Amino acid sequence: MAIASQLAPNGTGACPFELAGNELLADPAGIIWWEAEKCLIVSDLHLEKGSSFARRGQMLPPYDTKVTLARLQKSIDFWRPKTVISLGDAFHDNDASLRLPLAQRQQLSVMCKSLDWIWISGNHDPEPPVDLAGMVADTLSIGSLHFCHEPQIGAEPGEVSGHLHPSAKIRIKGRTVRRRCFVASDKRLIMPSFGAYTGGLNVLDKAYSGLFEGRNFYALMLGEGQTYRFDGKKLY
Amino acid sequence: MSAADPMIPQDLPTQFEAWFKKRGWQPRPHQLDLLEKATKRRSTLLIAPTGAGKTLAGFLPSLTDLAARPPRKKGEAHRGIHTLYISPLKALAVDIKRNLETPIAEMGLPVTLETRTGDTPGHRRQRQKLMPPDILLTTPEQLALLLASKDAARFFSDLAYIVLDELHSLVISKRGHLLSLGLARLRNLRPGAVSIGLSATVAEPDELCRWLVSGHENQADLIQVGEGAKPHITILDSKERVPWSGHSARYAIGDVYESIRQHQTTLIFVNTRSQAELVFQELWRINEDNLPIALHHGSLDVGQRRRVEAAMGTNSLKAIVATSTLDLGIDWGEVDLVVHIGAPKGASRLAQRIGRSNHRMDEPSTAILVPANRFEVLECQAALDANYLGAQDTPPLIEGAIDVLAQHILGMACAEPFDEDELYREITSATPYAKLGRETFTRILQFVATGGYALKNYERYAKIRKNTEGLWRITHPKFAQQYRLNVGTIVEAPSLAVRLTKWRGKGGSARGGRVLGKVEEYFLEQMVQGDTFLFAGKVLRFEGIRENECIVTSAQNTDPKIPAYMGGKFPLSTYLADQVRSMIADPARWKILPDQVSQWLQIQQQKSLLPKRDQLLIETFPVDERGGRYYMIAYPFEGRLAHQTLGMLLTRRLERAHARPTGFVATDYAIAVWGLRDMGQMVANGELSFADLYDEDMLGDDLESWLADSYMLKRTFRNCALISGLIEKRHPGKEKTGRQMTISSDLIYDVLREHEPDHILMQATRADAASGLLDVRRLGDMLARIKGHIVHKPLSEITPMAVPIMLDIGREAIPGDANEILLAEAAENLIEKALSF
Repeated sequence: MAIASQLAPNGTGACPFELAGNELLADPAGIIWWEAEKCLIVSDLHLEKGSSFARRGQMLPPYDTKVTLARLQKSIDFWRPKTVISLGDAFHDNDASLRLPLAQRQQLSVMCKSLDWIWISGNHDPEPPVDLAGMVADTLSIGSLHFCHEPQIGAEPGEVSGHLHPSAKIRIKGRTVRRRCFVASDKRLIMPSFGAYTGGLNVLDKAYSGLFEGRNFYALMLGEGQTYRFDGKKLY
Repeated sequence: MSAADPMIPQDLPTQFEAWFKKRGWQPRPHQLDLLEKATKRRSTLLIAPTGAGKTLAGFLPSLTDLAARPPRKKGEAHRGIHTLYISPLKALAVDIKRNLETPIAEMGLPVTLETRTGDTPGHRRQRQKLMPPDILLTTPEQLALLLASKDAARFFSDLAYIVLDELHSLVISKRGHLLSLGLARLRNLRPGAVSIGLSATVAEPDELCRWLVSGHENQADLIQVGEGAKPHITILDSKERVPWSGHSARYAIGDVYESIRQHQTTLIFVNTRSQAELVFQELWRINEDNLPIALHHGSLDVGQRRRVEAAMGTNSLKAIVATSTLDLGIDWGEVDLVVHIGAPKGASRLAQRIGRSNHRMDEPSTAILVPANRFEVLECQAALDANYLGAQDTPPLIEGAIDVLAQHILGMACAEPFDEDELYREITSATPYAKLGRETFTRILQFVATGGYALKNYERYAKIRKNTEGLWRITHPKFAQQYRLNVGTIVEAPSLAVRLTKWRGKGGSARGGRVLGKVEEYFLEQMVQGDTFLFAGKVLRFEGIRENECIVTSAQNTDPKIPAYMGGKFPLSTYLADQVRSMIADPARWKILPDQVSQWLQIQQQKSLLPKRDQLLIETFPVDERGGRYYMIAYPFEGRLAHQTLGMLLTRRLERAHARPTGFVATDYAIAVWGLRDMGQMVANGELSFADLYDEDMLGDDLESWLADSYMLKRTFRNCALISGLIEKRHPGKEKTGRQMTISSDLIYDVLREHEPDHILMQATRADAASGLLDVRRLGDMLARIKGHIVHKPLSEITPMAVPIMLDIGREAIPGDANEILLAEAAENLIEKALSF
């Protein structure tokens, strides 16, 4: 699309932005590419959410892990990272890593082994995953960026977190368009959720209060092959 | 059998005869006929117009039976229910109870009757199970719940009669499918029970007769009562100008008000809730005499509705503005005028609505049709002609839905362990499921048990499982609880209670205040604080959403932002569409139309042409004011749903033909597609052929590939997922979080389509879409009809017939996948602004 190429100077549809002095790219797939560190950041994979629901009697299609990992694989193949940071809630519950279908377990195992993999733990998966390579941590700092699962009010600048599954809504020509998004200010970044069965929570919800100064933030909304940037004041 | 002559109606028991006499009534022949049939244990369908004493006819067999029954001796066990009455509306069940109490009290019959609906408190439901009333009045959902309980067999062990009211309206929906399955189970529990169907006039009575009984039998008997006096229907002849488009009928409010003044009680029917709000508001704006005019629609708070209904019963209202919640046979007070605002959409539907006035069939009903725009004038005239001819256009019955069956199977497992073969036999005895293949049944069974996926991951979580005796049973009582919370086939958009408070400001308490009713979440999502809208007859100011409630205050201004709901829910019926086409084609018939409308058609004839009955007219013209766009308008008259599907497919094909289409809009009558190239010119150059463009082959690959991403298919999938129990409306212990559904059905749809596109639920979705939101069947019929009958008129400017749809373009959102383009446009604007600093 003509419009898309104008917006995407790098041809990837990813939108460049800056956080605590670092150049980052918000990829429309929902991951961050950090070129300086050859690092790919992904959050809230929620693997095996489907089987977690099945246990309660809602038999969701058992393909969510397959879809999520295939999408992640695609991003990894494209960006060729040295390091991958999973920002928590990689698994929907503590037993989820045990329920991985065999093929997906192998796929994930290869991914983790062949890269510097960092599992930040989340509220859904406080325990480290069973039998998977990678470093496990609650928080992690690389240069001026600080990674954790849940954003903290009053955190020092450079915080990168997930947990809230942000989505943003704009109103244009009498229509509203709602998408998953990154939400960022000059101090912090909150990642969108990546899992196939994860929904979104509007960035204007009270769950975000205290994390940004009023509407002084922007949303990087995920479109088809393109990330779109909107000022927080333009959102609904 | 006795040798009694079946031609002589059976005598009424003396106490009944005396009661009729005391009332100054004569039992009507059809009432006695039905009693006779019932005595012979024949299931029967009674088709009669409103006011023919249908309800009493339906209950006479059970009342005479109960009157003759020896009283229960002390110490004897409580008997099960004797008569089960099912109605499509809670309000109707309540109303029928009121109507039945009179004869029961006056004859002193030893008969107990109670209602059981979603509103019935838990303790009363409990008691009803222990001490069942003789007559239970309820709804299809409640029947499903009763049948899914462990003591169903005992509860129904004395059942003698099943009375199904307003059957014509029940059978065409998924609720009808659910009811047919319940009926099949009842017939198994009590093979001797007699079914009595009560219905308004339908196009195919035999279909209903078969529906009433087991498919393994023939069909029920039919008693058809002739129509009463012809209703007196007119189309409003207003001095005001009839607008080109729109649905508000604002122009006619003065005339309507005048009619209200001149009649005892007026019932004003509208097609949508927003119309109801608007008409109500407009009437009160000019209500200088302070006439008691009330509002009634399904979203209002129950208490509010009951108050209106009660006032209606005591004849203390002058007029009531209502939507389809009042459509059915509810008999309230002395209505002497029905005003129908907007298009009737179907001839039978109109007849049923008009039947509300003057509930005595020997007196003519009086009705005024108020078309909201010029096309609706034609439609009203066609409906009026049909009414005069007695033509019926009730929709044909369709095959039973898969999602409903999945729900039913789980319910049956909750009742008691079942044998697969027996259940299959029972299900296929229900007419809608008579053609259900064993293989499909097995797949649905697997779906209920473990989701029915090719990947067998969920065996250990199975909801139902075969036990060692080969019977299927639920694996945990919590699944029965889940079933009970999610029973039913009415999937509503998530909605929030609207609470009127005095709160205005930050952090203030929003406690207290009245709940006015419920509004869909998608509507509220568009609002920001300070926006105003019409609801419950008030102009409200949106303050915000608090947990599960929408907080509003009274607005100071009187000019609300009007709810932008879609037009009517019902598309124009095929019959009326055909009539409208033939009326347009025949100038001799224009004489009966209002002058402004016949002039409109005359100018159309001069400027373009009027299509013959079997033709499809296509007009092409440029419109420069709209930024150099080129338009193609087609007039198929096949209803909004079929047109929307057509629009989606046409734009795909036009794109391939390099016509660069950018959008379309569909109404009940026409479709407008616009783009960056002149399609008329393209036809002249031989670059484009309308015969090819409108070829039936669009229903092949184009349909398939569009369906894959269609928003409408996702919406249909959501309904199937909810009804079939794949996702829950409500989860035990979390009843209140309905607002945020546990998981988005769109995400599930995407995953399922990618990995198991032939899953049973995807099949269910496609089948639903074909007859429902997409109306593919009707589109197919239309494309076949117009083959070789397309007339193209290349023009330099807009024509009179095109004006209505052109006016709709600005108003209606562009359907389809325009979101992405909008996002890009908006983002680009922002960037331009940013760059200009």
